[in-house]
Amino acid sequence: MAEARWTDQKVENLVGNLLRTGVITSAVVVFSGAIVYLARHGTSPANYRIFQGGPSDLRHIKGIVREALSFRGRGIIQLGLLLLIATPVARVALSIVGFAEEGDRMYVGFASIVLVILLFSLLGPSY
Amino acid sequence: MTVLEFTILVAMGSFVAGLLGSLTGLGGGVVLVPLLTLFFKVDIRYAVGASLVSVIATSSGAASAYVKEGISNIRIGMFLEIATTLGAIFGAFLAARVSTAAIATVFGLTLLYSAILSGRPRVKLTSDDVPDPLATRLRMNGSFPTPEGIRHYFVRRVPAGFSLMFGAGALSGLLGIGSGAVKVLAMDQAMRIPFKVSTTTSNFMIGVTAAASAGVYLHRGYIDPGLSMPVMLGVLGGSLLGTRILVKAETRWLRLIFGAIILLLGIQMLYKGLAGRI
Repeated sequence: MAEARWTDQKVENLVGNLLRTGVITSAVVVFSGAIVYLARHGTSPANYRIFQGGPSDLRHIKGIVREALSFRGRGIIQLGLLLLIATPVARVALSIVGFAEEGDRMYVGFASIVLVILLFSLLGPSY
Repeated sequence: MTVLEFTILVAMGSFVAGLLGSLTGLGGGVVLVPLLTLFFKVDIRYAVGASLVSVIATSSGAASAYVKEGISNIRIGMFLEIATTLGAIFGAFLAARVSTAAIATVFGLTLLYSAILSGRPRVKLTSDDVPDPLATRLRMNGSFPTPEGIRHYFVRRVPAGFSLMFGAGALSGLLGIGSGAVKVLAMDQAMRIPFKVSTTTSNFMIGVTAAASAGVYLHRGYIDPGLSMPVMLGVLGGSLLGTRILVKAETRWLRLIFGAIILLLGIQMLYKGLAGRI
């Protein structure tokens, strides 16, 4: 009977650490961006009643990185959120390595399908 | 209201939502969107985007602990993630095609369903002793540590579970929630996976599912940094505190109270959706 357990404890620990590091890093980046954003725009009126869509520069990876590098508060926040979204993607990529080490080609295939779906969503064109 | 006041109030509300969601095991995402739309008058599309981001944060935070304990079944999770991520992208596309009133209506119905689930005691199901050929081929049967020693289990009805997972993903992409309730339903009821394994594996899958629709949301401008920031930080803080005090707290009453809140929010969302006033 094939046991559906990862024999390699090392990879499991790696996945756990990756998830924790990803969440902590993104929370720190979002918090830093929040300080910049609130210091500059804290007294402006808040309005989310009407949907205009987020700023177009903050809708794709290149724009987000550019805005964050020019030290815009909202750009830094969005970079932190992007890191957060990337964390599960990195987890799937790491799983592929883990399954490959075990010689489980079937699950290398399944994990690769999931990775392609995620990358299609994240890197795909603006819809 | 100024941006600073708005940020502080939303962060506090999200903190409470994350705390209650983690203490009751019902998830904070399910009350976040009603909180933002009904009380803060935020457009439902911004609310759904911010909620989805917070779902990734709490799922990844909690999953990091479960993976190390060796309870969650990574193979079941990975296989079913094919269904949930495809469903999530479908749901995210759907979100742009249907009216906000329709989203609110579906949300209201989902809240009512969650409220009913929270009030009902869980039915204990016995798992099969006979291995299912498909599950065996997919190497899904597994074991997990219990106080009485290692417990083995067999998985069954993989196609039914897979289809339900597509639905769970679509719901997650449409409403910006983790839809952990549907995921557990698929694994618990259909595939007969032990409850402890299904809940931790579901939590493990929620982050990947949400990441699939988050990409589409990002390109559409549903993820607004100014709103997502207090929501993500608040929910994450609340849920982390929740897991710390979980051991000591009396959760039966909390579940009832939280269930009642979800019920009331569900009725209100449903009403607003059907009346087209959202």
